[in-house]
Amino acid sequence: MCGMKNAIIVSLIALGFAGFSFTKEQPGGTALKASMARGKKVYEEVCMACHQPDALGVPRMNPPLVKTKWILGDKKQLITIVLKGLKGGEIEIDGDRYDNPMPPQEDNLTDTQIADVLTYVRNSFGNKASMVTTAEVKARRKVGK
Amino acid sequence: MLRTIIKTVFLIAISASFIFSTSPVTAPVPFDVPLKMPAGFSSITVAQNVGRARHIAVHSNGDVFVKLDRLNTGKGILRLRDTNGDGVADDTLKFGTYTGTGIAIKNGYLYASSDEEVFRYKIDAKGEIENPDAPEKIVTGLVNKRQHASKSLTLDNAGNIYVNIGAPTNVCQEKDRTKGSPGMNPCPILETAGGIWQFKVDKLNQTYAEGVRYATGLRNVVGLDWNNQVNDLYLMQHGRDMLFQFYPELFDQKAGANNPAEEFFRVKKGSDCGWPYCYYDNDKKKKLLNPEYGGDRVKEEICAGKEKSIVQFPGHMAPNALLFYTGKQFPEKYRNGAFIAFHGSWNRTPEPQAGYFVVFVPMKNGVPNGEWEVFADGFAGENINRAQYRPCGLAQGADGSLYVSDDNKGTIWKITYKG
Repeated sequence: MCGMKNAIIVSLIALGFAGFSFTKEQPGGTALKASMARGKKVYEEVCMACHQPDALGVPRMNPPLVKTKWILGDKKQLITIVLKGLKGGEIEIDGDRYDNPMPPQEDNLTDTQIADVLTYVRNSFGNKASMVTTAEVKARRKVGK
Repeated sequence: MLRTIIKTVFLIAISASFIFSTSPVTAPVPFDVPLKMPAGFSSITVAQNVGRARHIAVHSNGDVFVKLDRLNTGKGILRLRDTNGDGVADDTLKFGTYTGTGIAIKNGYLYASSDEEVFRYKIDAKGEIENPDAPEKIVTGLVNKRQHASKSLTLDNAGNIYVNIGAPTNVCQEKDRTKGSPGMNPCPILETAGGIWQFKVDKLNQTYAEGVRYATGLRNVVGLDWNNQVNDLYLMQHGRDMLFQFYPELFDQKAGANNPAEEFFRVKKGSDCGWPYCYYDNDKKKKLLNPEYGGDRVKEEICAGKEKSIVQFPGHMAPNALLFYTGKQFPEKYRNGAFIAFHGSWNRTPEPQAGYFVVFVPMKNGVPNGEWEVFADGFAGENINRAQYRPCGLAQGADGSLYVSDDNKGTIWKITYKG
C-alpha cells in the first residue's frame, strides 16, 4: 500500500517535471537566470533607493526583503503589494512596523518587469523561492481592476 | 470584614508593585561602547539594550528619562536611576502605556508625547513621578499617518510647549513618493502638519483649535530646542528624499546624496521655512524651487522670500536631536553652542551613507560663529551602510554632562569632560 502511494507520488513528481520542461520557467534553468538578470536591473533602478543594496531595508521605515514571509510566502499578496503599493505601517516584522508608504508600480512597471524583479528578490540576498511568472502578475492585475 | 480589608490592601500592594516595577533590567553592563571625541572628553555607557530609545531628559537628581518608540514589557517610558554612584543605571522604573519620541522636563513636570498626544506628569520634591498611571493629557488629536509621525517637543519660559507635527509625505505630491507626480499647490497638508504648533503647558485636552501654528513650511522636525539665552525656538528640518531617483537629469548620484541641505533654523512666530515648494541646494548655496513645483535648480521664485536657515548640512543625515549647551563642565567654546545628533542617512544610496554622529555648532548670542565640527563619532561601527548605533536623543545633566541615546540597540551614553 505504502509502496503504491510512493509510486504514485514519484509519478506525479516526474509528470510535474515533464510539464515544466515544456515551459520557459524551469527552476534553476536559463529562464531563471535571464529573469534574474532583468530583475536585478529593475531592482537597482526602482527598489534599491529604499530597500538598499543589501535588501535589508531601513529600520522601521522601509522593510527588509530578506528571509521574510512577505517575500517568500504568498505570491499573490506579494504581487499585489508591488502593483498597488502600501500606505505605510502594514508590514510588521519581528515586532517592528515599517512606516514609509510604498508607491504603486502598476503604471510604472510591466507584468514581465514585476515578475522579473520579484523572481530576482526571491532568489537573491540569501532568499530561495520559486519564480514569479508574467502570467501570475497578469492574473493579479486583472483581479485588482 | 478585617480580612477583606487586609486582602484588599494586599491586592493593592501587589498591583502597585506591578505598576511601579523597579526591576534592574539594565544591570550589569558587560562592556562599554566607546565613542570617539575630542581630547579631554570621555564616555560611559549608562545603559544598554533598553529598547527603541528616542528622546531623553535628565532630571536634576541625575535620573534619566527615556521615551521609547516600542513598548518594553508594556511600557513606553523608562526612568533609569544610578543608586550606587558608579555612573551605570542599576534601577529601572517603567511607566506610560504609549510609544513615541518626545520627552522633556520643565519646572517640576515631565512632558512626554505619543504620536497623537502630549502628556505631563508632576515630579515631586524627592524626584518621584506623582501619578505615573494618571498623567494630565494636555494635547490630543494630532495628525498621525505613520510617516514622520513623531511629536518631538520643547518648552519656553512663558508657559508654552512647542510640538512638531511632521508632514506625512515626502514633498506633498498628488501621489506621495511617486516619480512624475506633481506637487499640490497649495499644499493642503500644511493646515494640520508640516510645522510647529504652540500649546499651553497647563491646559487640558487642547486640540488644533486651541493651538497656534507657530512655524510652517517644515517637512519634518525631530530635533528642536528653546534657546534660553536669546529666547527663541531653533530646530532642525529633515530635508526631502529622492532627488536623484526622480530627477536624474538635474541631480547626478552625488548631487542627489548631498541635496537638499538638512537645515538649522531659528524661527519666530509666523516663520515659513518653504517646504514643500522650496529646498536648499547645497551646490548652488540657495533656497530654490522644488522640481515637483517646476524647479530646475535655477528658479528661486517664491523661495527668495522664505525663512533662511542659519546652518546647512549635507543631505539625508537625519538630525534627530538639538541641544543648546548651557553647562559649565565643558570648555568655554561649548557654552551656548548647539549639539546636533544625526540619526544617519538612507537616501544617499548608492553613495555611501553618512551621519551617525553628534556635531557641534559654535554659537554666540544665538548666531553661529564658526564652522560645525563632528563632536562624537564611532556610532556606526565598521560598516557605515549598516550602522550599529543610531544617535537619536540628547540631554544635559545638572553637572553639565551630555547624554546621548541610540534607538537601534537601546544605548544611553554619558559624556563628561575632565580636561
